[in-house]
Amino acid sequence: MPSRPLPQATPETQDFWDGCKAGELHLQKCNDCANVYFPPRPFCPSCSSRAVSVFVASGDATLASYVINQRPHPAWAEPYAIAIVQLAEGPRMASNITHCEQTPEALVLDMPLVVDFQAMSEDITLPLFRPARGADV
Amino acid sequence: MTGIAVVGAAETTELGKIPDMSQIMLHADAALNAMADAGITAKDIDGFATAGERPTDVAYYLGITPTWVDGTSVGGCSFMLHVRHAVAALQSGLCKTVLITHGESGRSRIGTGGFSQSSSSLAGQFESPYGTYGAPSTFSLPFLRYMKDYGMSHEQLAMVAVVQREWAGMNPRASFTDPITVDDVLNSRMIAYPFHLLECCLVTDGGGALILTTDERAKDFPQAPVHIWGTGESVETPMISQMEDLTSSRAFSVAGPLAMRDAGVSHKDVDHMMVYDAFAHLPIYGLEDLGFCGRGEAADFIWERNTAPGGSLPLNTNGGGLSYMHSGMYGMYALQESVRQMRGTAAAQVAGAEVSLCLGVGGMFGASGCIVFGNSAK
Repeated sequence: MPSRPLPQATPETQDFWDGCKAGELHLQKCNDCANVYFPPRPFCPSCSSRAVSVFVASGDATLASYVINQRPHPAWAEPYAIAIVQLAEGPRMASNITHCEQTPEALVLDMPLVVDFQAMSEDITLPLFRPARGADV
Repeated sequence: MTGIAVVGAAETTELGKIPDMSQIMLHADAALNAMADAGITAKDIDGFATAGERPTDVAYYLGITPTWVDGTSVGGCSFMLHVRHAVAALQSGLCKTVLITHGESGRSRIGTGGFSQSSSSLAGQFESPYGTYGAPSTFSLPFLRYMKDYGMSHEQLAMVAVVQREWAGMNPRASFTDPITVDDVLNSRMIAYPFHLLECCLVTDGGGALILTTDERAKDFPQAPVHIWGTGESVETPMISQMEDLTSSRAFSVAGPLAMRDAGVSHKDVDHMMVYDAFAHLPIYGLEDLGFCGRGEAADFIWERNTAPGGSLPLNTNGGGLSYMHSGMYGMYALQESVRQMRGTAAAQVAGAEVSLCLGVGGMFGASGCIVFGNSAK
């Protein structure tokens, strides 16, 4: 089975992908207006300041929305959920939900999640998410 | 008051499956039909806009020597943006007669470039790795959030497709005309939960073209002019996961009210409406983001048959992308239906309609353009 399409980092996103490889979910925060944002870029999309910093996010999230794709994708043998997760720090990101049946019954909106890094290649580790331990799902 | 009017409008002679025409010829077929409608030739056109193909290619192919060119390409609503830009160009005298074309071999894929996305683009890095794979698994992604927040049922989503099929049943050019029920929709194949096959748009071949000029010059054309009362446009994000609000399109919320203010119309003035429906949730977002319904109320509004034949706000009266046709960049067909309604020539003509609002979406929820048409000069 061919691998999923993997991201090619740019100078502005290299830190994010390096963070994932090291098991850390990096987000960015504006030093001037305190806005926390994603995806990474070296300026604040809220106030246009270039004074921004990277910090390590908690990895905690909730399930904001998803679809369960039934159409054939070269990298998936079975129907799979494409998710939007709501990070505890504010931004949302697309991801997949691991350690969970890919069904509407198991995938309950707003269920707590934690980041689950999975290495896909030598360079790329993706931040996937799994149900938080002890979560009532 | 824009002072600009549509004096030529046409689709390709055939719609649906057109295996004997390349994509650029679909542009040309629609353009030639629109020129015949307006009683002019390529030599009379000095402004040109298109998307999907480069304007250079299509202008050359048609034999047009433009003094104004627009290749804005933000997805299926690009043609709404072309109309808005053409209004400004005509008002300021950059050109006198504008042609806008669309052609797409969406089904037969004859002479098409195909889609590709760089793995270093924003969506290539932050969405594609998780399996977003074409519109059905991407455009649909925010909608479970809407369903939970507003308590919308699967049956209500299915009703959007049922009502639009009723309109399509009145239109001989529609791809699908047989009546369907909510159960038919819910029993159709699951494409990307919660979306079933009949809640997803068609994939067809076709094209369309518009010709615009000033109200003053419009008097010399054979067709009764359809006047452009107001226009709006905006973009939001190339990533569906980064919408400001998963239950609302910011681009709709900017472009729609902009067009309505420009036109000087309120909701009660709108007799006929088109909302680009690549998937069944689009009319829900469009009705709410433009304020025709309160938040969370559009599903009931449709369920109660307000947008159906005989309802207070006839919507997607050609059958829409769900039943009429959808080549990939559907916006041109929504514009064509608004023009037909204002000319009084639509297959499912809304009696007495004087104002039509046409809302487009592009690049999933990435962009929007909105045009308000009137059958009289504003």
